[in-house]
Amino acid sequence: MSEFFAMGGYGFYVWGSFGATALVVAVEMLSLRARRRRALEEARLATPDNLTAATQGVL
Amino acid sequence: MPNAPASATLDAGAVLPGVRWALVRDLKLALRSRAELGVQLLFYVIVVSLFPLATTPERNLLATMGPGVLWVAALLASLLSLPRLFAADYADGTLEQIALSPYPLPALVSGKILAHWLTTGLPVALLAPLLGLQYAVEGEGLVILTLALLLGTPILSLLGAIGAALTLGLRAGGSLLALLVLPLYVPVLIFGAGAVDSVRAGLGATANVSLLGAGLLVAAVGAPFAAAAAVRIALD
Amino acid sequence: MTSSNWFRYSSPATFYPVAGRMIPWFGWSAAVLAAIGVWIGLAIAPTDFQQGDAYRIIFIHVASAWMSMFIYIVMAMWSALFLGFNTRLSAMMAQAMAPTGALMTFIALLTGSLWGKPTWGTYWAWDARMTSELILLFLYLGVIALRNAIDDPRRADRACAVLSLVGAINVPIIYFSVKWWNTLHQGSSVSLTAAPKMAMTMLTGMLIMALAAWFYAIAATLFRVRVIMLERERGAAWVGELQEVKSR
Repeated sequence: MSEFFAMGGYGFYVWGSFGATALVVAVEMLSLRARRRRALEEARLATPDNLTAATQGVL
Repeated sequence: MPNAPASATLDAGAVLPGVRWALVRDLKLALRSRAELGVQLLFYVIVVSLFPLATTPERNLLATMGPGVLWVAALLASLLSLPRLFAADYADGTLEQIALSPYPLPALVSGKILAHWLTTGLPVALLAPLLGLQYAVEGEGLVILTLALLLGTPILSLLGAIGAALTLGLRAGGSLLALLVLPLYVPVLIFGAGAVDSVRAGLGATANVSLLGAGLLVAAVGAPFAAAAAVRIALD
Repeated sequence: MTSSNWFRYSSPATFYPVAGRMIPWFGWSAAVLAAIGVWIGLAIAPTDFQQGDAYRIIFIHVASAWMSMFIYIVMAMWSALFLGFNTRLSAMMAQAMAPTGALMTFIALLTGSLWGKPTWGTYWAWDARMTSELILLFLYLGVIALRNAIDDPRRADRACAVLSLVGAINVPIIYFSVKWWNTLHQGSSVSLTAAPKMAMTMLTGMLIMALAAWFYAIAATLFRVRVIMLERERGAAWVGELQEVKSR
C-alpha cells in the first residue's frame, strides 16, 4: 500500500498531478454552480412580476 | 470626403484607388505629428540598449542575444504604435464615415496599414543595422537582419491591425491588444530572429527568409479582410 | 432530416432543456470512465522500465493536451457557424467552451511540467509541444479577456468569433514555427516529453482517460452554456417560465 503512495519515489509528481487535476475539476464545478446560482437569482428578479413588485417598492 | 468617387459600386476598380486614398490620407496625418513617430523610434533604440545593461556587455553573449533582442524590441515598438491605426479616427467619428464610403473597406484598411508600416516598421528596419552593430552582428548578418525586418514588420502591422480593430474603444485597450496579438507574432519572431541566427551559425538564411516572404503574402491577402470585419464589428 | 429541424434547436429556449437532459449523461459517464482510467493508470498498468512510476502522469497529460487542442478547434467551428448563420446559440456555445479549454491547457502544462522534472530533470524545458501549449493558453486567455472587455454581448460575440478564427488559422503556423525553432536549438532527436513504448494496458488507459476528458468537457460546456443563457436571456418569457426560476 505504501508502495502505491510512494510511486517508486515519484509520489510528489504523480500524486501532485492527479491531485492538481482533481482540484481544478472541483474548482470548475464549484464555480459553475455558484455562477448558476447567481444567474438564477438575477433571472428571478428580472421576471415581469418581480420587476413590477420592485418598482412598487415591494421587493 | 475629398476626392471620393460619387458612385456606390464596390467593383475591383475601386480597390487600388481606395488603398491610395487611405494611404495618402494617413501618411499626411502621420507626418503632421512627426514628433510622435520620432518618439516611437526612440523607444525602439532605448529598449535595445537596455538589454546589455541588464545582462552583460560581453560580445559573444551579445551576439547570441542580439537578433532576439532586436526582434522583440521591434515587436514591442509595433505594439506601441498600433492604436494609432484606428483609435483617433474612431474617437472623432471619422472611421464611421470611412466605413460608409464607396471604397471597399478592406482596401481602405490596407492603405491605412501600409501607411502605418511606412511610418513605424520601415524606420525600425532601416535603423536596425545600426543597432545590430551594438550586438556584434556583422556583414551578412546585418543585411539579413534588415531584409528580415523589412519582410517581417509589415506582417506585424497587418496582424496588429486585426487586434487594433477588435479592441477599438475598449477600456483595457493597450494591454489587451498585446495579449491578443503577441501569440500571433510568434512565428514572425521565430523566423525573423532565426534568419539572422542561421547566418551567424553559417547555415544560410534562405529558408527563414522564404517563410517570412510567404507569411507576408498570406497576411497581406487575408489580414485586411479580417481587420475590416473587425472594424465593422466595432462600429455597429 | 430537414434543415428546419436543426434550426429549431438553435434557439436558446429550445436548447436549454435539451442540454439539461444531456448533462447528467455526459457527467456521470465521464466520472465512471475517469475512475476506470485512473485505476488502470495508477494500479493496473505496469511500471515503465525507463521512467519508473513517473510516467503515469501521461494518463492525465495526454488526455488534457488533446482536449485543449480539440476544444479550441470546436470553439472555432462554433464561431464560424455563428458568423455564417448568425445564430445566437452558436456564439453562446463558443463562449461556453473557452474557460474549459483554458483549464485543460493549464492542466496539460502543469502535468507536463511535473512529468518533466523527474524524467528530464527540469520543470520547464522549452520543447516544441509544451511551448506550443503555452501559446495556446495565451490564445484562450485572449478570447476570454476580449469577451470580458466588451460590454455589448452582440459585439463580444462577433469580436470573439473573429479572434477565435484568426487564432485557429494561426495555430498550425505557430506550431510549425515552434517545432522549427525547437529542432534547430535542441539538436537531439529525443522528444522531451516522449511517452514510453506503449503496452496495451497503457494505451487502453490513455484512451479511456481521453474519452473521460471529452465527456467531462461536454458536460461542463453544456452546464456553462445554460448559465450563459440564463445570464443573457434574463428578461425573456421562456426564462421566467422555468421551474428553477419560478420555484425559488
